[in-house]
Amino acid sequence: MTPELGYAVTVAALVLAVYGAGAGALSAAKGRPDLRASSERAAIGVWLLLTACMLLLVYAFLTFDFSVRYVANNTNRGTPFYYRITALWGALEGSIILWGWMLSLYTLIVVGRYRRTQPQLYPWALAVMLGISSFFLLVMTIPAPPFERLSPIPADGRGLNPLLEDSGMITHPVALYLGFTGFTVPFAFAMAALIIGRTGDEWITITRRWTIIAWYFLSLGLLIGGWWSYHVLGWGGYWAWDPVENAAFMPWLTATAFLHSVMIQERRRMLKLWNLTLIILTFSLTLFGTFLTRSGIIGSVHAFTQGSIGIFFLVFLALVMLGAFSLLAWRIERLRGRSELDSIFSRESAFLLNNLFLIAAAFTVFFGTVFPLLSEAVKGQKVSVGAPFFNLVNIPIFLALIFLMGVGPLIAWRRASAENLRRNFLLPVAIGVVGAALCRVLGVGNLLVLLCMGLVVFVAATIALDFWRAARARRRTGDGWLEATWGLALRQNRRYGGFVVHLGILVIALGVAGSQAWSTQTEATINRGASVELAGYTIRFDDLQPVEESNHFKVVGTFTVSDRRGPYTVLTPAKKFYPQEQTPIAAVDYRLGFMEDLYLVLGDFARDGSHATVKVQINRMISWLWIGGLILTLGAALAIVPEPRRTAARPRPDHVVVA
Amino acid sequence: MSARALRWAIPLAVVPVLALLAYGFRTDPRDIPSPLLGKPASPFALTAFDGKPVSLDALRGKVVVVNFWASWCVPACYDEAPSLERAWQAYRERGVVLIGVNIQDKEEPARRFLAQFRHTFPNAPDPSGRVSVDYGVYGVPETFFIDRQGRVRFKQVGAVTDELLKLQVEKLLAEPA
Repeated sequence: MTPELGYAVTVAALVLAVYGAGAGALSAAKGRPDLRASSERAAIGVWLLLTACMLLLVYAFLTFDFSVRYVANNTNRGTPFYYRITALWGALEGSIILWGWMLSLYTLIVVGRYRRTQPQLYPWALAVMLGISSFFLLVMTIPAPPFERLSPIPADGRGLNPLLEDSGMITHPVALYLGFTGFTVPFAFAMAALIIGRTGDEWITITRRWTIIAWYFLSLGLLIGGWWSYHVLGWGGYWAWDPVENAAFMPWLTATAFLHSVMIQERRRMLKLWNLTLIILTFSLTLFGTFLTRSGIIGSVHAFTQGSIGIFFLVFLALVMLGAFSLLAWRIERLRGRSELDSIFSRESAFLLNNLFLIAAAFTVFFGTVFPLLSEAVKGQKVSVGAPFFNLVNIPIFLALIFLMGVGPLIAWRRASAENLRRNFLLPVAIGVVGAALCRVLGVGNLLVLLCMGLVVFVAATIALDFWRAARARRRTGDGWLEATWGLALRQNRRYGGFVVHLGILVIALGVAGSQAWSTQTEATINRGASVELAGYTIRFDDLQPVEESNHFKVVGTFTVSDRRGPYTVLTPAKKFYPQEQTPIAAVDYRLGFMEDLYLVLGDFARDGSHATVKVQINRMISWLWIGGLILTLGAALAIVPEPRRTAARPRPDHVVVA
Repeated sequence: MSARALRWAIPLAVVPVLALLAYGFRTDPRDIPSPLLGKPASPFALTAFDGKPVSLDALRGKVVVVNFWASWCVPACYDEAPSLERAWQAYRERGVVLIGVNIQDKEEPARRFLAQFRHTFPNAPDPSGRVSVDYGVYGVPETFFIDRQGRVRFKQVGAVTDELLKLQVEKLLAEPA
């Protein structure tokens, strides 16, 4: 019964979405408010029906309804109930439901937020969003139906991919998809602006806000993905330049470029054409990422499955890109403004360079990702492009971006005077040089790491200098330090949110540099009771225990670790054997630290427990990635907070003592 | 560039990228040919679920189809199970032997699977996993077609169909002994 009901609901949602998109477009073109209201009701209906779809599928998972093929493929009777809920997005079909549902939610928010305030742009934006929803519902109806019936009904299901049985998998896809789908809103408003030919300020304000929101979620998704990779996959890394990771990283790069170049448009009315291009590219790249992960045209550890779904995505991607760029070309005369730079030494030029580097990074990532295809098409050879290529090309680009991060926010608009440069940069450059020299004295030998450290210190100094000056200015008006700081952060939340994001990136950069340069590892086969030593740690192999879990069998090793001061901890890495998997899965055990993590992976072992192979990694400064990520997301959140109205000055409380 | 030229150039710029992606459908990154094709099939000797011995060496001179399966393999193994039994019924008279090798499984659900589909051809568990390693089995189901000289001639990844079984078996039967 569930399969048929689910399918009926999906088809109903598809019909409603197509109708809503058509009615929305017609109402926008002819200015008919009755159709517009009808289109809004359709948007609400689509959301309700998709919510029903999700609930129905969750219900099927919770009740082990193996007549639904998707349930049988992604769960079995041993799967714990919380993973039965998250199995909803554990594979292709369910992830499309989640995608569609989030899109319908964003559509509802757009309806609620802009129905009255944006009478011109809003109807077209609504039509575009419902059109995109229609596509995802079409995918749910034809190439990837989540409610497909399975017959005969098996006694038990296949089970969830064991690697997905992790808390990271509960949150990572949600954040990532909120980011991906979030970019639909700026895209829809960009299309609306192009269609009606109003490419002025309203478009920019709405688009900027929604791009930050989507960017926030995408960043969060990437970070949780890195954390999942680090503590589940057991290779001690957090980023592998895998095609699917790249697919999520590319829209992040172009969205970051947009968030910077949009400031030039707000301030100087330049780069309209460029900003629209970036929005179209960002949205297209989210589709490209979905296409890549679901078409199977490029091999990847994350890839879902193959089938006709790839064709659907490619056709839609072609429609979106050709349609959007044709619209852009059609409006080209309105978009070409005056675009001369006043001087090389100006904020405009710093931001342009920033855009150039971000786009270069996006392009190299794209090129590396599709190169295997290109090579096969042109030379007929299967090749794979790995981390060495991406690192080689991207490290210089990212170092340059960090440098610009210090320059951009402080250099003057239009034309920076020698005085402006001296005032803002002399001290930070000096501090950066001293910082790098200090690192050298402390024993950092790697030139790239030294450069990175110097740049990070330089940028941190520019931020500190700016903040100190601004806070001092506020203090002159009588605020205390704390109040001055808070006041600044809230009053100029975009500027200081941006600074906080920059600080987060700096911390992440240190984490990347440190972990690449100073991590160390060893692998040893040791007898029970014997030890292996690495970097001051002594790891003793004590015991091996078999444990039967609800859906798998595991062998748990016990290792007692002591450091130079004495006993430190007991780690219990394991090897899990799932009946449906060919190879056992390593369950890592670790102790996270501020400067270094101890990370143990259990390898082969003797069945009688007499000896075992263990991989010991000392991963340095990995925690900085997570701390930096936290700072970054806080900064993005600060930038999203609506700016307070600047009219009424808040009366200062009397009890604040002026120090 | 003039606005007129840009009007065409901007949308056209995306065409090569789309074409490259479309080309991707013609290729399969996972399609790496099995190195076993044309090589002698590695011998194995297992004990079937009904207790009888199953050995490849004893079958030299016959066309042999070896199918690797598991009871948890939903839905592919369930899809192909009826076809396998039909092929066995159709070809056993003509000297074709079908062997099921049950891998990465537990005995009780495996027996239930066999009972559900009323399989009558020899089926044996591979408790140590050695046979599946020898054949380079990556996932279930995989099916190997072995000719009268004992060489692996074709490998099917994923479910087999009536048509595929017929095509491959007839081809090998047509070859001189």
